[in-house]
Amino acid sequence: MLKQIEGSRAVAEAVALCRPEVICAYPISPQTHIVEALGELVKGGELSSCEFINVESEFAAMSVAIGAAAAGARSYTATASQGLLFMAEAVYNAAGLGLPIVMTVANRAIGAPINIWNDHTDVMSQRDCGWILLFAETNQEALDLHIEAFRLAQALSLPVMVCMDGFILTHAYERVDMPSQEQVDAFLPPFDPRQVLDPARPVSMGAMVGPEAFMEVRYLEHVRQMRALELIPGWAEQFRDAFGRDSGGLLHAYRTEDAETIVVALGSVLGTIKDTVDEMRARGERIGVLGITCFRPWPANTVRDALAGAKRIVVVEKSIAVGLGGIVSANVRTSFAGHADTVYTVVAGLGGRSITRQSLARVFASAAAGTLPPLTFLDLDHGLVERALARERDTRHSGPVAEGLLRDVGLVAARIS
Amino acid sequence: MFQIRIHGRGGQGVVTAAEMLSVAAFMEGHHAQAFPSFGSERTGAPVVAYCRIDDREIRLREPILEPDAIIIQDPTLLNQVDVFGGLRREGYILINTSRTFEALGLGEFAAQFPASHLCTVPATEIAMKHVGRPMPNAALLGGFAAVTGRITLESVFAAIREKFSQRVAEGNIAAAAESFAHARPEKEELHHAQAD
Repeated sequence: MLKQIEGSRAVAEAVALCRPEVICAYPISPQTHIVEALGELVKGGELSSCEFINVESEFAAMSVAIGAAAAGARSYTATASQGLLFMAEAVYNAAGLGLPIVMTVANRAIGAPINIWNDHTDVMSQRDCGWILLFAETNQEALDLHIEAFRLAQALSLPVMVCMDGFILTHAYERVDMPSQEQVDAFLPPFDPRQVLDPARPVSMGAMVGPEAFMEVRYLEHVRQMRALELIPGWAEQFRDAFGRDSGGLLHAYRTEDAETIVVALGSVLGTIKDTVDEMRARGERIGVLGITCFRPWPANTVRDALAGAKRIVVVEKSIAVGLGGIVSANVRTSFAGHADTVYTVVAGLGGRSITRQSLARVFASAAAGTLPPLTFLDLDHGLVERALARERDTRHSGPVAEGLLRDVGLVAARIS
Repeated sequence: MFQIRIHGRGGQGVVTAAEMLSVAAFMEGHHAQAFPSFGSERTGAPVVAYCRIDDREIRLREPILEPDAIIIQDPTLLNQVDVFGGLRREGYILINTSRTFEALGLGEFAAQFPASHLCTVPATEIAMKHVGRPMPNAALLGGFAAVTGRITLESVFAAIREKFSQRVAEGNIAAAAESFAHARPEKEELHHAQAD
């Protein structure tokens, strides 16, 4: 059924269609509307046989999800930013224990300086925690990925994060096709846990494991996650047959046939990139886009095949490994047969900085001309940076960086973008 | 693609206006995308919300830099924010005020645009009358329907009904209808003025 609704509402309704039995959450922008909507659905009786548990922190949210999943309940939570960091220890535990929890991450920057806007720094901090990481390009894909995530999680006994860009998707109203309960029931089998806490058949979960078997536990976790690379493509086809649209899968290639330049990105920025690529294609430039839907496990071979014909790769990423550069591009480099020097990193949109077609077209053209530096910060205000550096040169007591920059920038509220 | 930028202040329902506009367009079979300027909104602070309407899927996620229409919910922003930034030459301007463009000091600027694309509506007064609160958003959507013809008044009513409880919706529908009626004759007068 077609609806014009907010992304958060769409995800909440999709999660409800997956019949979770325990939802535990602590509110944090921009995740709040998702869990508020789910709370209403539980309270209003539309989502029955589900307990909604208000907890006192994100650490508690993940801990309750772990307990609920261990008891055999289909469990869901959602968070963002500092909330994800605060639950980090339990996030690793959920993966190590092999518990099929589904969590939405409404991607947001991490402080300091405190910033509520979108980027991918939050999820990238947890990229190697053992969870499967899926990234949504649109609100339609965000809701669809949750349905696929519950199936994937319970099939592999692994937790899955569905990442959607905070505000840009969570707070956007757009058209979505909401599936029926019957369609979701037919796609998502009942939860049959591989391990369950049952007084009648006692087991120990979370046993201490010494050097004699710890490596094997981690190895099996890796093997289990890599199994997702085999399952996801087939399930994406099943999803298309059942729901009539392409959502999920490992990657989305767009106009990459004969492309000399391929732009790689994750999440909602892919839409703006596709519009930019269309404009450049119309001018005769051979450029295409590769969207990474499944970031963990890393689909190395599929990425390598998709990039095989390209001369250069431009990775547009909303995160930075301080002291290294790109995170996504470091992954891409492992899966590109061409020279590593032809994989360019463009760090963009940090802390909610707008990513425009105009700026993207400029860096893509620069890459094609061979003039793009290996690491670029899109629309960095060089004047602002110079003033801060000058302050630091001029005086030892230059004070807090953020305060100095804000003073230089002036009144922000008067700006349009 | 038709792009609308709405300027107002926190608490005036700017984001809700963009959302209702997208719902109205959706009900007419269009693709529509509405999103806020993602600020940590505070009551009274300048707020921007955006709406795109198209007949194919909208993939673009950048803020609206070159709008086809601008709705200004609070005329006190005129001296504070570059509300007209990027407005296309054939663009529409709708301002919530009981004053004229000339009285607002915008006569010369407004003359660059087609007269029939300019409209002022005393939406706050109309909202006070029908809703009992200074919430000009729904009323302005009635004015938007009248001046642009991009959506019908009936779709605006339907979007209002979807967003609000019945009691609140009825007041807002009456406000939108009065704004529509207010904007229509004004538009016709301007047409005549242009013809003269």
